[in-house]
Amino acid sequence: MPLTLLKNHRLEFVLRLADNCLILSQRLGEWCGHGPELEEDMALTNIALDLNGQAQNWLEYASELEGGQRTPDRLAFLRDAAEFRNCLLLEQPNRDYAYTIARQFYFDTWHSLLLTDLLGSTDQRIREISEKSLKEVRYHLRHSSGWVIRLGDGTDESNRRIQTAIDELWGYTGELYTPDTVDETVCAERIGSDLSTIRSDWLTAVHHILTEATLRVPESSWMHTGGKQGIHTEELGYLLAEMQFLQRAYPQAQW
Amino acid sequence: MVTYMYASLPSLEEIWAWLDSVSDPEIPILSVVDLGIVRNVRWTEEGPDFTTEQTSPRENPTSVIDGRLRRPGTQRTRRSDLTLLVTVTPTYSGCPAMAVIKNDIQRALLQRGISRVSFETQLSPAWTTDWMTERGRKRLREYGIAPPEPHYDKLGLASEARSTGIPCPRCGSSDTRLVSRFGSTPCKAFYICNSCLEPFDYFKCH
Repeated sequence: MPLTLLKNHRLEFVLRLADNCLILSQRLGEWCGHGPELEEDMALTNIALDLNGQAQNWLEYASELEGGQRTPDRLAFLRDAAEFRNCLLLEQPNRDYAYTIARQFYFDTWHSLLLTDLLGSTDQRIREISEKSLKEVRYHLRHSSGWVIRLGDGTDESNRRIQTAIDELWGYTGELYTPDTVDETVCAERIGSDLSTIRSDWLTAVHHILTEATLRVPESSWMHTGGKQGIHTEELGYLLAEMQFLQRAYPQAQW
Repeated sequence: MVTYMYASLPSLEEIWAWLDSVSDPEIPILSVVDLGIVRNVRWTEEGPDFTTEQTSPRENPTSVIDGRLRRPGTQRTRRSDLTLLVTVTPTYSGCPAMAVIKNDIQRALLQRGISRVSFETQLSPAWTTDWMTERGRKRLREYGIAPPEPHYDKLGLASEARSTGIPCPRCGSSDTRLVSRFGSTPCKAFYICNSCLEPFDYFKCH
């Protein structure tokens, strides 16, 4: 593998980690002032803040890997949809609280498994950011798993809603653990993780919580893909229009 | 503001004592030293532009401060060319207080005559509440915030998993319950005491 290509794979991989955090953070931020209760309003915005900080750490590294051509802010606010590398799951809209929780639960479970594995990455910077992020993500996972159980094992209405969300978002989870060339390359160099191991651990963990929540585990189905390669659902464009508004309207404005 | 040249460099002990006067902006009864945010200080011959972070000039206003300090014709001694390198570690990745903390540290040092300061952010080992000083814990309790429990209890159970038994900072009862793992700042969780019925913040184990 030529060195330049490997460097690009590393950059691609880091951008995926960054964009997953950034896009989900923006989605969670939309709940600010709209949470179903005060504590949840604060929980979701706290999680959004953690993810925003993690995105910043990853984007700083991505910016360095690019040779400093673009600052982290530029990467966040001046890339268009096709340049984003987040999984499709994370750009899906909030809809109701059950959807928000189901999306979070799928992601947190995967995120904590991946970051734990990345503690063994050959890339020191990836190890360091993972170590820092993991402490926060454990709290996120405890929160979202707790709510999946509470909603699933709650009233008929809450059970029906979380089951619908779990079923409908299932088709967006395959992308998290289906490797493409970038994933295979970073795995071979032990920069990244073996997604097939992550997949089986993810299935076990999700199965465990859904069972406890008295929910049905969705049947395997066709999976949406494309986010990691920059082919997104239309939802991302609307999200970016809001997230990037200030930089687009007032280019180079600084805080 | 008093600025002067030192005949000899201030000792690192003195600098640590000065840093200990810098409060955390969110919990002002704690100093940045109590919190364990400052990991190291040392003199370096590198200029203040030297920083391992990718920060833009606006985020690192050292040169501006330095420029303001130097009057025309002022002879700079060799000693004052040394830069104080302060190694900090963030509490939470997205903690918005970090930028303020760096500014406050810089200002405190400038007031003591140290105009050339650089920051280095260290992520690993990741910050943990185990680094909080005993004095910090005591101050937190007096302030009405339950201090963080040690990372693991005697049984080896991660204390972040506990949802009961955090002692109430007001009445001392351990009969308390978790309301929310997320509170008014990233570092706090929200509890209620079943004995005195007061709600309280818990500086969560991290």
